[in-house]
Amino acid sequence: MGRRLHRPGGVMLLRLEPRGQRSRLWSYASPLLALALTVVTSAVIFTVLGKDPLESLYVFLVSPLASATGLPELFVKAAPLILIGVGLSLGFRANVWNIGAEGQYTLGAIFAGGLALRFPEAPSVLLLPAMMLLGVIGGMVWAAVPAYLRTRWNANEILTSLMLTYVAQLLLIYLVTGPWRDPEGYGFPQTALFSASATPPILVAGTRVHLGVLVAFLVAIVGWIVLTRSVIGFQLRVLGQAPRAARFAGFSQDKLIWLSLMAGGGLAGLAGMFEVSGTVNQLTPQISPGYGFTAIIVAFLGRLHPIGVIFGGLILALSYLGGEAAQIDLGMPNAVTGIFQGVLLFFLLACDVLILYRLRAPKPVAGGA
Amino acid sequence: MDQAIIVSFILSVMTASTPLLLAATGELMTEKSGVLNLGVEGMMLVGAIVGFATAVHTGSALLGALLAVLAGMAMALIFAVLTLTFLANQVATGLALTIFGTGLSALVGSSYVGTAVEAMPKLRVPGLSDIPIIGPIVFGQDALVYISLVAVFGAAWFLRRSHRGLVLRAVGDSHDAAHAIGYPVILIRYLATLFGGAMCGLAGAYMSLAYSTSWAENMTAGRGWIALALVVFATWRPIWLLVGAYLFGSIMYGSLAIQAAGALYFFGQKIVVPSQLVSALPYLATILVLVAISRDRAKIRLNAPACLGRPFHAAG
Amino acid sequence: MKRRTFNKLLSAGLLAGAAPSIIGRAVAADPLGIGYVYVGPVEDFGWTHAHDVARKAVEAELGDQVKTTFVESVKEGPDAERVIAELASKGNKLIYTTSFGYMNPTLKVAKRFPDVKFEHATGYKRDANVSTYNIRFYEGRYVQGVIAGHLSKSGIVGYIGSVPIPEVVMGMNAFILGMRTVNPKARMKIVWVNAWYDPGKEGDSAKALIDQGADVIAQHTDSGAPLQVCQQRNVVGFGQASDMITLAPKAQLTASVDHWAPYYIQRAKDVIAGTWQSMDTWGGFKSGMLVMAPYANMPDDVAKAGKAAEAGISDGKIVIFQGPIKDQSGADKVPAGTALDDGAIAGMNWLAEGIEGQIPS
Repeated sequence: MGRRLHRPGGVMLLRLEPRGQRSRLWSYASPLLALALTVVTSAVIFTVLGKDPLESLYVFLVSPLASATGLPELFVKAAPLILIGVGLSLGFRANVWNIGAEGQYTLGAIFAGGLALRFPEAPSVLLLPAMMLLGVIGGMVWAAVPAYLRTRWNANEILTSLMLTYVAQLLLIYLVTGPWRDPEGYGFPQTALFSASATPPILVAGTRVHLGVLVAFLVAIVGWIVLTRSVIGFQLRVLGQAPRAARFAGFSQDKLIWLSLMAGGGLAGLAGMFEVSGTVNQLTPQISPGYGFTAIIVAFLGRLHPIGVIFGGLILALSYLGGEAAQIDLGMPNAVTGIFQGVLLFFLLACDVLILYRLRAPKPVAGGA
Repeated sequence: MDQAIIVSFILSVMTASTPLLLAATGELMTEKSGVLNLGVEGMMLVGAIVGFATAVHTGSALLGALLAVLAGMAMALIFAVLTLTFLANQVATGLALTIFGTGLSALVGSSYVGTAVEAMPKLRVPGLSDIPIIGPIVFGQDALVYISLVAVFGAAWFLRRSHRGLVLRAVGDSHDAAHAIGYPVILIRYLATLFGGAMCGLAGAYMSLAYSTSWAENMTAGRGWIALALVVFATWRPIWLLVGAYLFGSIMYGSLAIQAAGALYFFGQKIVVPSQLVSALPYLATILVLVAISRDRAKIRLNAPACLGRPFHAAG
Repeated sequence: MKRRTFNKLLSAGLLAGAAPSIIGRAVAADPLGIGYVYVGPVEDFGWTHAHDVARKAVEAELGDQVKTTFVESVKEGPDAERVIAELASKGNKLIYTTSFGYMNPTLKVAKRFPDVKFEHATGYKRDANVSTYNIRFYEGRYVQGVIAGHLSKSGIVGYIGSVPIPEVVMGMNAFILGMRTVNPKARMKIVWVNAWYDPGKEGDSAKALIDQGADVIAQHTDSGAPLQVCQQRNVVGFGQASDMITLAPKAQLTASVDHWAPYYIQRAKDVIAGTWQSMDTWGGFKSGMLVMAPYANMPDDVAKAGKAAEAGISDGKIVIFQGPIKDQSGADKVPAGTALDDGAIAGMNWLAEGIEGQIPS
C-alpha cells in the first residue's frame, strides 16, 4: 500500500533550486516583492469588500506615517515588539524555541510593578533602574523554568514555555484581584496607579515616546554587536546552522540553551516593565495585547537579525496603526486588520525563500523522486 | 449525586472534550510528519464559521461539518504551501495563520451573529439509547463525538500498524533518510498537514454546531492552543491524547461544576481553592507530565518526531 | 525601504488620488465629530452591540449635525490611549470610551485635548472635560428576580458571573432580593467564569447550574450560549445587554437591555449647544437607559408582577437596597429603616443571604 506514495513529483508547481549562498540582491528585494504582492492581493480583497483599493492601501500603509502623532506612536508600539524580538531571535538562532515570551513579559511586569507599588516614594533615579533590573529578573525567572526542564529533564521548551504563559496570566489576575488590588479602586481588578517616580521619562515632549523606546533600539544594536562580534554570538550562529559541528567544536549545548532563554526572558521581562510603567502605569489583567506572540513573528520577519528585528517590529506596528486608521477613516471592520496582517506576513515569510533558492520551471519528470 | 447528575456531568465533559480531541488528533498527525502548525486556533475558527454559515443556509448541520472540513483544509493548504514549498518558518507561519483565520472568520461571521441553528442531531437507537446511564452516553451522542473517537483510534492503528503510518513516522523522524529511501517527503507532509486542517475544521464545526449552536467572534477562546498542548501532553501517542483531552475537559467543566455545587468537600472538610489555581492546573499538569515523560530520553525519542518544525528541501 | 517603495507608487500616480480625499475628510469639521471606542466587536450581540445601536440612534436623531466614528475591539491596556488620542486628533470633539479599562487612558488623553469632551462608561474618575456614565443594571436584575421567584419551581436560580467586580456582585444581590420578595426561601447558586466572554464555558456553567437544580438561569456574561443551553434543557433564562430572543425564542423570559441612546443623544446636543458639563450619570428605568426586552414565555400574571416591579423602581416606591438586608452569614448588613447610598452600592463586595458560593479573592 505504500507503493503509490512513491510516485515522484506532484505537489510543487515550481522547483526551488539552492543558490549555494545567500543572494545579496534578494535579501533586499524579497521584502519589496512581498510588499508588492501584499499590495496587489489586498487591493483585490478591499475591492471585494466594496472599498476603494487605493484609498484603503494609503490608509493602511501610509497615513499612520503621515500624521504628526503617527510616527512617535509607531515607535511606542514597536518598542516592546523589538525588545522581545531581539531576545527571541538570539534563541531561535540556536534552535531554542521560546514560545512563552508573553509569560516572561508578564512576570517582568509583575516584578517591576510590585516594586513600584511597594516604594512609590523612592526617588526616580533609584526606583527606575531597580524596576528595570527586577523586570529583567522576573522574565529570567520565568524563562529559567523551561531552561531547567530542558537541560535537566529534556522537556520540550516550546510547550513548557507556552504553558507557563497561561500560568503567568492567571498569577497576574490573582494578584490584581487579590493581594495587590487597589483599595480605592471600587473592587475593580487593578492595582493603584504607579507614582511619578516609577514612570520612565518622556523623551520627546508632547508624545508618548518614553525611555523604553530608546532602550529597545539600543538593545537591538547591542544584540547585533554580540551576535557578530562575540564568541557567544559565533556559537549561537554555528549551533543554529550546524548543530553537529557545534557539538564537535565542544560548545556546551546546555550553556547556550540557558543563555538563549535568559536573553529572551530577560528582554521580554524588560519589555513588560517598560509597558506597565511607560504606557499603562498600573497592573491590570490586560497589560499585553499579545506582544510575546507577535514578537515571534517580528523575530522571523527580521530574519533573526537584531537590526532586521527593528524593521520587523516597525512593520507590524504599522499594520496595527493602519488597521485603526482604516476603521476611523474608512469604517472598515477590525477583522480586516487581521486579514491584511495575515496576507502581509504570508508574503514576507514566503518571499524570503528567494534569498537561498531560485525558482525554476519544473523539469519534466523522468522517474525517481 | 444522583444518577441524572452523573450522566449529565459525563455528557458535559464529553462535549467540552470533543473539540479538543478532534483538533489535537489532527495536529498529532501533522506533527508526526515533522510539521508544527501553530495555526490550530485560526483553522478552528474558520471551520466554525463555515460550518455554521452552511448550516444556516442549508439547514443541514452535517453538510456544515463537511464544508468545515474543506475550509480547514484550505487554511492548512495555505500553511503547507508557505512552509513546505516556500520553506517559510513553521512557527511564524502558524502564528500568522491564526491571525489571518481570526480576522477572516470575524469578517465572514459578522452577519451571522445572533442567529441560531438546530443543534447537530444526536444518535437515537430505539431501546439502546434508553438504557440508564450507558444509553445516553454510548448511544446518544452526535456524529462528531463518534468521529472523534474513531479518528483517535484510527490514528493509533494507522501509526502503529499500517505501512503508511510507518512511512509517515519515518518522514517525521528523519526526512533525509526517508528521502534517501525514496519516500516523497514533501507530498506526505502536505497530506498530513491537510489532514490536520480537516480535523481542526471539524473541531471548529463542533464548537458552532454542537457545543454552542451559534456563531460568535473568537468563539474558540483559546481551545486551539490547548489542543496543541495536548499533543505534547500525550507525547504524540493517540491513545494518551484521548486520556488527555478528557482530563482537560473534566478539569475545565469540573471547575465550573464544583462552583455550582457550592464547594468541594474532601472527607467532610470544605476545601477552598483560588479559582485561578484551578484554572492553572491543566497547564501545570501538562508541564509535569512532559517532564515525567521527557526524563527518559529513549522513551521520548520513540514518540516525538525528531524533525518537528524543521524544513526539508530535497537537494537536486 | 518601505517608504521609498510607496513614494515611488505615489509618484507613479497610483495612490495620488486617494491622499487628498482623506486629508479633506479629516479637516472638514463642520458637523460635531463623535468618536466611540469599543472593547468588543460591534457584532458581539451584547455589550458593544448595545453601544453601537445607540451610536446609530444618535446619527438618526441628529442627522447632519453629527458625524460618528468608531474603533472596535480596542484592547484595554497599552493600545487604548493611542486609539483615544487618534480619535481626538482627527477632529472628534466628543469621545465615548465604553469600557472600564479605558479609565486612566481616557483621563490622560483628556489632559492633552482640553477642548474635547470625553465620556467614560462605568468608571469613577472624572475631570473638567471627562464625564462618567453608567446604567443601574441592578434594577433590571431585581425585576428578573421577581419574575424568577414566580416561575422557579425548585426555588433555585443559577447565576453566571463574569469577573468579581461590584457591578456583578450588586446584580446578584439585587436578583436574590427581588426573588425573595416572592419566594422567601429562594436560593441562588453561582459560577464565576472569570471572563466576560467564552461561549463554551458560559454554556457549560449553565449546564452545571441546571444539574444543581436551578430552573432559571441568569447571566452577567456577554454571549447567548447560556440561553441556548436553557432552550435545550427546557428551562428559562434572561438575556444580557441586548435582546437575545432570536437565539432562544423558547427560553428567554426577558432581557435587561442597555439603552444608551437617550444619554448619547442628550450629551451630543449639550456639546452642540455649548452646555456640556462634566458630571456623573447613573441612570436606570426612570431615565430610560435601562429597558426590559418584551416579556415572553411566562403567564400574564407573572408578566404583570414584573411590570409592577419595573414601575415601582422607576417611581421610587421600590428601593432595592432597603434594609433589613442580611449577608450570607446571616449578619445584618443593611439595618431596617436605612437604605444603601450610591457610594455603598458602587463598592459592594458582599453577597446577600440566599446566595451560595463566594466572591473569589
